[in-house]
Amino acid sequence: MGAAFLSNRRHRRWPLYRSVLWGIGTSIALLSVAGPLAERAHVDFTVHMLGHLFLGMLAPLLMVLAAPMTLLLRTLPVTAARRLTKLLRSKPVRVLSDPITATILNIGGLWLLYATDLYMLMHHSLLLHVFVHIHVFLAGYLFTISMVYIDPTPHRHSYLYRGIVLVIALAGHGILSKYIYANPPAGVAADQAQAGGKLMYYGGDMIDIVIIFLLCLHWYQDSRPRKRAGQVTWQNS
Amino acid sequence: MANGARNPYYARNLWSGFLFGLGLVAFFDEAVFHQLLNWHHFYDKSTTQMGLVSDGFFHAFSWFATVGGLFMYADLRRRQTLWKTRWWGGVLLGMGVFQLYDGTVQHKLMQLHQIRYNVNILPYDLVWNITAVLMVLAGSIILLKTRRKAGTGGVTNPLSNE
Repeated sequence: MGAAFLSNRRHRRWPLYRSVLWGIGTSIALLSVAGPLAERAHVDFTVHMLGHLFLGMLAPLLMVLAAPMTLLLRTLPVTAARRLTKLLRSKPVRVLSDPITATILNIGGLWLLYATDLYMLMHHSLLLHVFVHIHVFLAGYLFTISMVYIDPTPHRHSYLYRGIVLVIALAGHGILSKYIYANPPAGVAADQAQAGGKLMYYGGDMIDIVIIFLLCLHWYQDSRPRKRAGQVTWQNS
Repeated sequence: MANGARNPYYARNLWSGFLFGLGLVAFFDEAVFHQLLNWHHFYDKSTTQMGLVSDGFFHAFSWFATVGGLFMYADLRRRQTLWKTRWWGGVLLGMGVFQLYDGTVQHKLMQLHQIRYNVNILPYDLVWNITAVLMVLAGSIILLKTRRKAGTGGVTNPLSNE
């Protein structure tokens, strides 16, 4: 918000809807780690799953749509912005922002959390608890920016490649939901695991359809037919 | 111009329809049989591991296919290359192929879930799979009728400017 204010003094106005998206996104992320929802999540697995959908999917999506990197780049002094751009172009960032890496970190991390004892261990160690929640958010954000390009993206991948990886990631998420439904994580009652699994499955679908829509919309805009010189002459003659 | 075999987006008409058909039938399955009728179960204890994986991939792919197929349709319209007959052929083929796969491999072989529980399942399976075969046949006939003619009659000189 502060950056938007600063930046508005020198540039074209930063769109209000982006600030609103950022506000809602960060609020949802905070809501899922602090406050009554987070309290309930410790005892109720369905609420925990709602928190997971908020923190790992909905909040990252809204925040990505707010284009924070664009705002940061135009607010920073030129030299600092140049340094940041150089960092974004670097090789480690390229490897990290590849849709496959992002999918392994995001969906692989979730499998590790729910299909091993990690879920139970997390509730006994504050450090682990904080680490897992930060990972869920960051991996969700990384996954979203690897699929839809709102901010400047130096390492770009084709629509087909992103589409294929996206389907694999969605499948991994859906399969895990049904796995949780059938095999409750340690310390979770069967009926709670069933409700939580279903919420994860359908809730995930709702957010994923937005990512699919944006990916296809960008393809549609990118592939719009351009009139060739020859056609123009033909029409004029 | 859009109705000829010389349509430059000949293949895209088929693919757009196929993807949309596949997505449509999967969406129908989810909305009607899972949610409204409650016949299908979210999870069935007898599901094999392969069944869970297959279901996960088909569910994800059908979600993508519905949206992607419609954007391709919009693209064909924008280019004025939409060939509705061939597109519908693709839709029927996509619907039939998915329903047949769902009704035979997923329901029966992989025991994903049955169409309905606590009833004699045979008539349900028959109606399900026969409908699927009919859609595949209808789609195939339309696609054959709209195919590019090779050899006699329909062949055109690609260099002619007609």
